[in-house]
Amino acid sequence: MTILNAPAPSRPGTSTRPVPWRRLAWVSWRQYRFSAAGAAVFLGVVAAYLLIVGLRVRSGYASLGSCHLTESHISQTCTTALMLFGGYHVWGETTAAFMLAVPVLVGVFAGAPVLGRELEAGTFRFAWTQGAGRTRWTLARLAVPAVAVTAAAAALSQLFGWFYYPFFAFPADSAFAPQYFELTGIAFAAWTLAAFAIGGLAGVLVRKVVPAIAAAMAAWAGLLLVTILYLRPHYEAALTAHGSGGAPGKSPWVIHQWWVGPNGQAITSENKIIQLINRPQRGYTQWTIYQPEARYWHFQFIEAGWLLVLSLLLIAGTIWVVRRRAA
Amino acid sequence: MNVIETSALGRRYGSTWALRDCTMAIPVGHVAALVGPNGAGKTTFLNLAVGLSAPTAGTVTVLGGEPAGSPAALDGIAFVAQDAPLYKNLSAADMLRLTSSLNLRFDNDYARERLGELGIPLKRKAGKLSGGQQAQLALTLALARRPRLLVLDEPLANLDPLARHDFMATVMAAAAEDGMSVVLSSHVLTELERVADYLILVSGGRVQVAGEVDDLLATHRVLTGPAAEADLMGQQQAVVHARRAEAQAHLLVRTSTPGDPVPPGWESHPVSLEEVVLAYLRQPGAATLPGPARTRTSEPTEVSR
Repeated sequence: MTILNAPAPSRPGTSTRPVPWRRLAWVSWRQYRFSAAGAAVFLGVVAAYLLIVGLRVRSGYASLGSCHLTESHISQTCTTALMLFGGYHVWGETTAAFMLAVPVLVGVFAGAPVLGRELEAGTFRFAWTQGAGRTRWTLARLAVPAVAVTAAAAALSQLFGWFYYPFFAFPADSAFAPQYFELTGIAFAAWTLAAFAIGGLAGVLVRKVVPAIAAAMAAWAGLLLVTILYLRPHYEAALTAHGSGGAPGKSPWVIHQWWVGPNGQAITSENKIIQLINRPQRGYTQWTIYQPEARYWHFQFIEAGWLLVLSLLLIAGTIWVVRRRAA
Repeated sequence: MNVIETSALGRRYGSTWALRDCTMAIPVGHVAALVGPNGAGKTTFLNLAVGLSAPTAGTVTVLGGEPAGSPAALDGIAFVAQDAPLYKNLSAADMLRLTSSLNLRFDNDYARERLGELGIPLKRKAGKLSGGQQAQLALTLALARRPRLLVLDEPLANLDPLARHDFMATVMAAAAEDGMSVVLSSHVLTELERVADYLILVSGGRVQVAGEVDDLLATHRVLTGPAAEADLMGQQQAVVHARRAEAQAHLLVRTSTPGDPVPPGWESHPVSLEEVVLAYLRQPGAATLPGPARTRTSEPTEVSR
């Protein structure tokens, strides 16, 4: 060939100037358009449901307004209103249980395919040999959906807080209680981000989308369980109270509660305990280990804080694996 | 300048060496063909060169000394992997925009013009294109990056003869146009003779032959003569491969100089590239031809990734 001795033409941009983030973010957005649309529809349906049911719950709560529930005699109107509201409560509890699945569904389904699908389909051979380089590409691919799902989750948890607010007026439903704590405040968004980060790492480790989703869901559920049972009660030293009127203060998180008889023996008979709750007796004391409601936001910040750090570490770990991963 | 230069390069997967002790240099300005049987280490070699995987042993540099996988290397090398991976759910137009966003240089006009010539609809999803069209789209994306080196891994494997011809015509035109170097792996030998002017033959994870095609053809020939003298001839000549019939023997030999005299009683025939390749493939132990000298004697820096 005659070109053997021709010098390679000098080309602009052969320096190591990196490809701008803006363009990488566009790539990430373009590849997410369909998943983003799917997630938006899903979250939109959930939000519409919360809004419609929430409005009915509120009107039911408003009709309870004039009733004094502590009085021994309750008027007929109030009884009807109370029954109606009780029905809403069952609805509310079901909704809360469903809401608990949202972070893991949204987070893992968004996170696991980011790299899992590239590795499964072989398109990483295309993506990782472009001028942008695989590190910046991975960061952009992870950052865009991470921010999106976290913001969507934050908005949804605000809506849920509004939806569930009337129920929190009753002492039995504390926003501090384990089944509501991660649905309210900022914890919901943090748990969603964690699900996304776990999904992202699972995708690059498992290299197949469906098994990665399954693995990430199991890991997320395990983390939540460990958090509720072993971590969260110890963010701050729990308080202990004794007496006969249950835990002090409004809506605390009751971690453990038991009765002690006159001779210092623990009461195990449930019938006896029900009897004691209804009519306190001299010599019987109820002990409670609890976290007072005033600590709710402190706990929210602690949990969201370490989940954020964990998520960032997982994303950093994912990038590390990508950098090391050989074809 | 060498577009790819390796020194004692090796890559191990588990306990198996996919590529071992590979020292070679591919000079700039060639269409170099990497040939070898399945499992010979061709894909491993190319993955190392484009920075998709890191060496277990030795070093590999590209484009005159850049570590493989470094930003400058990624910028200057376009790679079309085996089976031309594309995002199947993106349209051809989206693939253009995507590739242009992932690179500093992208010749959008060239890409659109080429796809127009090829009759590839811009709005069609990549997954809905035929195999030949997908390969052409992947090639167009690579060429529009205006690379200094184009690396193709088995580009012809899944193409019909017409698509093969069109594909290689595109490659050759681009190489002739702006001096781009090409390294491609293939086991489609018949196509190679027409396109490749540099040959690297790997087998069993090692480089067996490396050199310019013209040199290889000039220094190899087939000697035909009496079978009885074949063994004697084998001692005098560097026989790559011997084929014996009843009375006659056909020896493919390597000569030190193109004009070596033909021994009396024997006839000399020129060889085709395919014959040379097949002869070496049949004799994995045959002598390795030294390629061109590596430009640097000092040990290149460890590829850090």
